[in-house]
Amino acid sequence: MEAINFLLAGVGGQGVLTASNILAEVGVLAGYDVKKSEVHGMSQRGGNVTSHVRWGKTVYSPLIGVGEVDYLLAFEALESLRYLNMLRPTAKIITDDHRITPITVTTGNAVYPERGQIDGWLRQVTADVFWVPGVSLAEGMGNARVANIIVLGFLSRLLDVPEQMWQEAIVRWVPGKVLALNQEALARGSSLAAAAR
Amino acid sequence: MKKLLAGNEAIARGAWEAGVLFASGYPGTPSTEILENFVRYPGVYGEWAPNEKVALDAAIGAAYAGRRALATMKHVGLNVAADAFYYVSMTGTESALVVVSADDPQMHSSQNEQDNRNFARFARVPCLDPSDSQEAKDMVIAAYDLSEQFDTPVMLRPTTRISHSFTMVELGERQEHPTRVHRFPRNAKKYVMVPANARPRHYFIEERLEKLKAFAETFPFNRVEWRDLDLGIVTNGVAYQYAREVFPNASILKLGMSFPVPMQMIADFARRVKRLIVLEELDPFIEDFMRMAGIQVEGKSIFPLCGELNPAIVRERAIAAGLLPPGSALPKASIPELPPLPARPPVLCPGCPHRSVFWAIKKLHLPVNGDIGCYTLGVVPPLEAIETTGCMGASIGVAHGASKSSGKKHVAVIGDSTFFHTGMPALVNAVYNRSPVITVIMDNRVTAMTGDQPNPGTGKTLQGEETVAIDFEPLVKAMGVKHVAKVDAYNEAEVEAALKAFKKLDEPSVVIAERPCALLPEVRKTYQPLHVDLGKCDGCGVCLNTGCPALLHSIEIHEESGRYKVEIDPLLCTGCELCAQVCPQEAISFRAQADHFGYETHL
Ligand SMILES: Cc1ncc(C[n+]2csc(CCOP(=O)(O)OP(=O)(O)O)c2C)c(N)n1
Repeated sequence: MEAINFLLAGVGGQGVLTASNILAEVGVLAGYDVKKSEVHGMSQRGGNVTSHVRWGKTVYSPLIGVGEVDYLLAFEALESLRYLNMLRPTAKIITDDHRITPITVTTGNAVYPERGQIDGWLRQVTADVFWVPGVSLAEGMGNARVANIIVLGFLSRLLDVPEQMWQEAIVRWVPGKVLALNQEALARGSSLAAAAR
Repeated sequence: MKKLLAGNEAIARGAWEAGVLFASGYPGTPSTEILENFVRYPGVYGEWAPNEKVALDAAIGAAYAGRRALATMKHVGLNVAADAFYYVSMTGTESALVVVSADDPQMHSSQNEQDNRNFARFARVPCLDPSDSQEAKDMVIAAYDLSEQFDTPVMLRPTTRISHSFTMVELGERQEHPTRVHRFPRNAKKYVMVPANARPRHYFIEERLEKLKAFAETFPFNRVEWRDLDLGIVTNGVAYQYAREVFPNASILKLGMSFPVPMQMIADFARRVKRLIVLEELDPFIEDFMRMAGIQVEGKSIFPLCGELNPAIVRERAIAAGLLPPGSALPKASIPELPPLPARPPVLCPGCPHRSVFWAIKKLHLPVNGDIGCYTLGVVPPLEAIETTGCMGASIGVAHGASKSSGKKHVAVIGDSTFFHTGMPALVNAVYNRSPVITVIMDNRVTAMTGDQPNPGTGKTLQGEETVAIDFEPLVKAMGVKHVAKVDAYNEAEVEAALKAFKKLDEPSVVIAERPCALLPEVRKTYQPLHVDLGKCDGCGVCLNTGCPALLHSIEIHEESGRYKVEIDPLLCTGCELCAQVCPQEAISFRAQADHFGYETHL
């Protein structure tokens, strides 16, 4: 069996690493060999953050190769565009429509593309592009920080892993006092996906 | 039990299982989490030292005293600890000593890309290179046995990719190795390296190396995986994983020990395969040994020397070199032509106390020699406030040399952790040899760059216990600095006044700009976003020159000038007030005025 490869992309502070921890845990619970790789360091200072998660029978490289990503999870709209060369022709893209303006845009040295443009580019790569209003839904739930879990919830519907394993992974990675909120976020994301199908 | 562990967590676990009692280190990406995880285990002691040399000396002391000991650092840390690394190779120890030196191919967060296998060779110390977390844990345990068997320190060399990747690990139990040393050894011939004692020790380490070479031939982490004989790959570290991924049918000689290499094993392998390559990150280290032995091999002629490898690079180069058929490129998605996407360069955080200090320093119009830490980000636009950055502690020495030789005044900018690390001897030099350098200690009360570790100025140990907080003011005065000012880094006017007063002096001076890092939990509780009065803002953009990510263009345009007015992102703003201090229109609220603008603060 070939590995299933997930590329998670976002901006420092968005919970990309938590999301990738949960996704890796789900893979373990589902009985896969799992590898997860990320680099922390300068990226924490407002930079872009990526994490590679791989599930398979035996996974060798902790990094996904170019042209091997099956699922791109972007937690910010612009970030969905940065790694398109990594995708398989059959890849699926799930992206939050939230925008975090880079300092290069605030200072007038670059232009943030319009949503319609981004959507057009993504669709040139694959027909399976799913926009998720993660941050706005999460804000509505009272905590913008669970946007990452809403995106994961959306993904959970596209994969063949029992829902209860996702819940279990969340219990392992999320502190008790925000657990219920995160569980709700997962369910929200999942029902969005159900409606999108 | 199996668990998904990061390489660094696995190293910590391995050290614990191996019965390590004492660990010392200095933070540095990608090594930092090893000690942070190690001290969570019961029955062990671990500490942050002020620098890597002190950390290694401390670990050596523990190993001399008969306790299994660990020292951790990033690759450049071993430069700082090199002197200690060499003498302990000469002396050996009573109980085992392992030095973890984490390399950083690709320089994800480093100033150079040195390959520390060269250090192992230089010091005649065996070096183990893990290829995943399981091996990282197992090799630490093997390293302790090796250390005791051969009376040598052992180097474990993970790379960023190993340290920060999570892979499955089978956990084991701790094996206690209580000390057999009940009195500190009195053995001058072994432990006092005066020339007369050191000369015979040189023979000892050369003989030890010969024995290690023989041992390497049977070391279980050096192993052959026979598959097709058309292609044979000698590989180590994470490159092994890329070899398995890209060449599933090739035979592989995997070297867990990268120094000394098992030449007999390599020669046997070389003889049996048709085409022989070495796949290794960074230097042609194994390749050079093979060439010296007269073995025909390809390595760096195919794969890059600079930067980190990954499956895509390996595949691409392999196809170009005819190691894989041309058709083995993976089908790629069709990618649209994209315009250049807006970059997200790392920046000083909103509320960073370094920002206001750089703002003030720029007004001096003096050359600024920087150092390593978050404040190195003072180099990015719009601040662009630093002329040089080399290695930790370099700022003051470089400023002194430049100043002394040119007769010009220089400013040295150095963080609190870096000052304790290697800044102190340089300041002593500036005082002793009388240069008019202004040293600015950016005291954000923590070692921020590597993730907020405590340091000797913080008043907290690695375990979070209370300890003495070394006070910079009496410290630098005792070092002979006559002109010392301690200021609040958030108070731009105060910082500026102190700097301008010292600019007139012909002697060394120190400004201690104190204010806790805005990311510290206790500071986060005090965040209070500020607000722009759009009636007053004329869009002049002075505040934007601070480079604070919380300041944004609003959609409102100032009529006369036609410029965008500025607004503040309430989710990012901490309320440091630098923008309020520099705004010529007084359009930005101070914290105390927040109500004034009818703005509700949400804490
Ligand atoms: C020899 C060496 N050891 C460790 C590091 C990793 N490192 C980079 S910056 C830094 C600490 C900086 O702390 P501080 O001087 O307090 O500045 P801050 O980041 O808090 O502004 C460390 C440990 C390094 N670059 N070189």
